[in-house]
Amino acid sequence: MVGPGRNPARYEGPAVRFESVGLRYGRQPETLRDVSFDLEPGSFTFLTGASGAGKTTLLKLIYLALRPTRGLITAFGQDVATLPREAVPALRRRVGVVFQEFRLLDHLSAFDNAALPLRLAGLKPKAYRDDVGELLAWVGLGERMHAMPATLSGGEKQRLAIARAVVGKPDVLLADEPTGNVDHDMALRILRLFVELNRLGTTVLIASHDQDLVRQSGKPVMHLARGKLGPASVGRAA
Amino acid sequence: MSESNLTEARARLWRPAPLLPKEDERDGALVFVVAVLCFLACVAALAALAADRAATGWRRELSGEVLVQARPGPNETPALAAERAAAALAGVPGVTEVVALGRSEAEALLEPWLGRGGLEDLPVPQLVVVELDREAPARRGALDAALQADGVDAVIHDYEAYLGDVRRAGSLARAGAVGTAALIACAAAAVIAFATRAGMAARREVVEVLHLSGAEDAMLARLFQARFAKLAAVAGVIGAGGAAVIAAGLRALSGSGGFLPILPVDWSDLPWLLLCPLLAAFIAALSARRTAMELLAGFE
Repeated sequence: MVGPGRNPARYEGPAVRFESVGLRYGRQPETLRDVSFDLEPGSFTFLTGASGAGKTTLLKLIYLALRPTRGLITAFGQDVATLPREAVPALRRRVGVVFQEFRLLDHLSAFDNAALPLRLAGLKPKAYRDDVGELLAWVGLGERMHAMPATLSGGEKQRLAIARAVVGKPDVLLADEPTGNVDHDMALRILRLFVELNRLGTTVLIASHDQDLVRQSGKPVMHLARGKLGPASVGRAA
Repeated sequence: MSESNLTEARARLWRPAPLLPKEDERDGALVFVVAVLCFLACVAALAALAADRAATGWRRELSGEVLVQARPGPNETPALAAERAAAALAGVPGVTEVVALGRSEAEALLEPWLGRGGLEDLPVPQLVVVELDREAPARRGALDAALQADGVDAVIHDYEAYLGDVRRAGSLARAGAVGTAALIACAAAAVIAFATRAGMAARREVVEVLHLSGAEDAMLARLFQARFAKLAAVAGVIGAGGAAVIAAGLRALSGSGGFLPILPVDWSDLPWLLLCPLLAAFIAALSARRTAMELLAGFE
């Protein structure tokens, strides 16, 4: 796998830390309340909860699409509230995101979509061409790399979104319902892919309401209910 | 060739696609509007150049000539007084030619104001036209001194008073044309800013994904900047081309006088129109960048 490379100035503490974080939209009640947790480097965690519990919001806070209304969030030791705007892109490039609705760019081929983070990191096409091809083959899209997203099936789009999220070899991988649009077999295949990435050192946080998948993973689970984080548990391996 | 070989060959030939979708259905309308603005700006610029040329020509003509009205002395005919004035002025340094006008020529000068004929009973002034050296014209004082030395009673009419008016009129015409061109440039910048906003709104999803994937604001702004600069350059070529064709056509049809005697266009004006696409691209790039940066500042 290729990537701009992990940040050489590695932070020894938690990859992500939430301390009493709260978030509200406008004058509505808080969507997240007093959320505190650490994501240790190299950990693999599931985030579960019913629809509307705040899973996506929590992920958005990590990849800086939202700012908390209270509390402290640190990413790689940096307080995101005081992070200057110019420093945000570099931090985002250390976080790979698999969006719930994929968010593929329709005017780019599967290959160009997958290569996007590398391109934005300033790498030359020559430097990543072969590796992106290998990654796409690894996620089963080797023969579809020049297809446009509109012609891909739901499962193919899902895998392409995953390829885009991991191509930059991020320090943290966030996935929002990554198995929501695929059958159980494909879900297991995707889970194995995440486990493999985690073995390579990537911190993984997966938001999912697929209880079977969580149980089969045997990984730690954080449960969100009505915006509050419950006590951590562990999924039982099948 | 097998499927995998074909895929490999395509991979080798692969080049990254533009990050923004290539075409937008509104591009045609935008190019048209900016091309019209560029055309108007070019016409205004041509008018400014022509006004400047006309004013310069008028100034040169007026400052190159002096009219002397000779007043006859006792027992002297007006014609004789004019002849004596002409003789006195002929040798002055800075004078190239002196012509004493006859009565009929003087009447012709009065014709626009008094009409043809009926001037027989009027004391028509005897005039002497003095052509001055354009490079080193004789001063009014030198002319006065020469007339006094020969005992000629005469009044010198130079065109200083008119020259001031001509200068003011020329400056006004030039300022008007430059102001019009500047206003049009502002309008073009506003149109581009509007188009950038619309373009970013239409591609919000693309911009957001790029943004969340680690694209820097300046890099995203550059995408829009380059896109609109290119469109404006194309529009500039069309607008300037249209203005050039019309100006060249009128110039060719009407000779060196230009399409209007008061606004003489010259062939040498046309190369200036080449600046239009460059200026249009520059203004569009600035406007698009500023707008894109403003909008991106609203993104988390």
